Amino acid sequence: MVELIAATGRAGLNRVAAFGRAAIFLMQSLVARPAPLQMLPLLLRQIYVVGVQSLIIIIVSGLFIGMVLGLQGYTILVAYGSEQAVGQMVALSLVRELAPVVTALLFAGRAGSALTAEIGLMKATEQLASLEMIGVDPLRRIVAPRFWAGFLCLPILSAVFALVGVYGGALVGVEWLGIYEGSFWANMQNSVDFFDDVLNGCIKAVVFGFVVTWIAVYQGYDSVPTSEGISQATTRTVVYASLAVLGLDFVLTALMFGDL
Amino acid sequence: MTQLDDIIIDVRGLTFYRGERAIFRDVDIQVPRGKITAIMGPSGTGKTTLLKLIGGQLKPDSGEILLDGQNVPSLGRRALFRIRERMGMLFQSGALFTDMSVYENVAFPLRVHTRLPEEMVRDLVLMKLQAVGLRGARDLMPSELSGGMARRVALARAIALDPDVLMYDEPFTGQDPIAMGVLVNLIKRLNEATGHTSIIVSHDIQETMGIADHIYILADGGVIAQGSPEQLMAENSPQVKQFIDGLPDGPVPFHFPADDYQSDLMLGLNNG
Repeated sequence: MVELIAATGRAGLNRVAAFGRAAIFLMQSLVARPAPLQMLPLLLRQIYVVGVQSLIIIIVSGLFIGMVLGLQGYTILVAYGSEQAVGQMVALSLVRELAPVVTALLFAGRAGSALTAEIGLMKATEQLASLEMIGVDPLRRIVAPRFWAGFLCLPILSAVFALVGVYGGALVGVEWLGIYEGSFWANMQNSVDFFDDVLNGCIKAVVFGFVVTWIAVYQGYDSVPTSEGISQATTRTVVYASLAVLGLDFVLTALMFGDL
Repeated sequence: MTQLDDIIIDVRGLTFYRGERAIFRDVDIQVPRGKITAIMGPSGTGKTTLLKLIGGQLKPDSGEILLDGQNVPSLGRRALFRIRERMGMLFQSGALFTDMSVYENVAFPLRVHTRLPEEMVRDLVLMKLQAVGLRGARDLMPSELSGGMARRVALARAIALDPDVLMYDEPFTGQDPIAMGVLVNLIKRLNEATGHTSIIVSHDIQETMGIADHIYILADGGVIAQGSPEQLMAENSPQVKQFIDGLPDGPVPFHFPADDYQSDLMLGLNNG
């Protein structure tokens, strides 16, 4: 019994210590004298890798999710004769919830895991140690541009997701199922508020971008430099990032829409 | 014991634990300036760890590591990165940046630490590559190089800023005889030409003994012998003899500690 309590305590302390390490790691990566001339090319390259190369999966997923929403919304709402509200339903669910959450989940799987594996492999092949010995801080050279790229790209990807999703909803609702186009768009315009819905969705995307990228770069940097260690770190990135996104989404939704 | 003067790196009372295991217990090592010092010993005695401690990548549990009087473990992050500009390190794997060409790898330290015009960077890079015999390979990517070539490119990168101290982590491991000969020659020639201090961590006895001026042999968390190659060859202690002559059994046992062999086998029978 005592052993069980001790083991629980130890595990708890380890978690807290890991969280502390991750926080120090983030501070050291970000609180640095900015060197824009050196940083900019590195940042642009990472934005391309992390953001631009994620565009395809985001656009395709956004389109399908928008189409499914349109279809499901129509089949439910047509029973009450209010199929004109499909536009409103599609837009609100995308802007408030699905765009930031699904984008963050896809981003964790597509870009987060790649960031972890890349940094982990750099560690395993002593590239990080060699940077340190050359007198270059790997936190600033490797971690900081990747972190900023992820942090900047996720909100933009989320906006693209919402945009394409709305188009997918319209495609199914208006073009296919024949909802009157005017009421589809008018209902959407009337019900979606810029501050309450769009801005809150953006805030969510910003928070998710921060958390997912932080988890990804930290797991890579903290990984055990063996093939098994990197595979575990990559898995942890996807699992932790997904759980963090879903958990935080509830908290943020409660704060934004729960009138707490 | 030889008296060494003009010490560049002075390790005093170094103690370092990895988990519960003591890698170093109160170790003293002096590295003379401008010479080739070899750190030798069986695998797992912390030779590479020692280089990482000198480079400030690890912090000792106690003791001092003085580089020209500056205590490396007590330096702050910024001072540490500054002092590392005086050190070059050749990693076992080469550790080339895989997303850059050979040329860019060698140019990297020059670009981050100096504001030289591009033509001068180019000249310096080509000079360093010429010194390791790979000027013609400048456009290749690291994945296109053989192990020996990668290590030579890494060497060119390590000497790009003309460091005062150059540390080699197992430079001869896994090299074919020709590549090995090339590297041995290079290390010796570079040391003579530039006058920097070299520290070689290795367990390749013949090659290392051939070029080192001073040798430390590590085992069991401490220095078990030191001296010139000739002095060590004449050493009579069984531990040193076992290592230098490459005997499979001796004070460093062939068997990992285990229970009595016979009773262990019988245990299987009894349990079955």
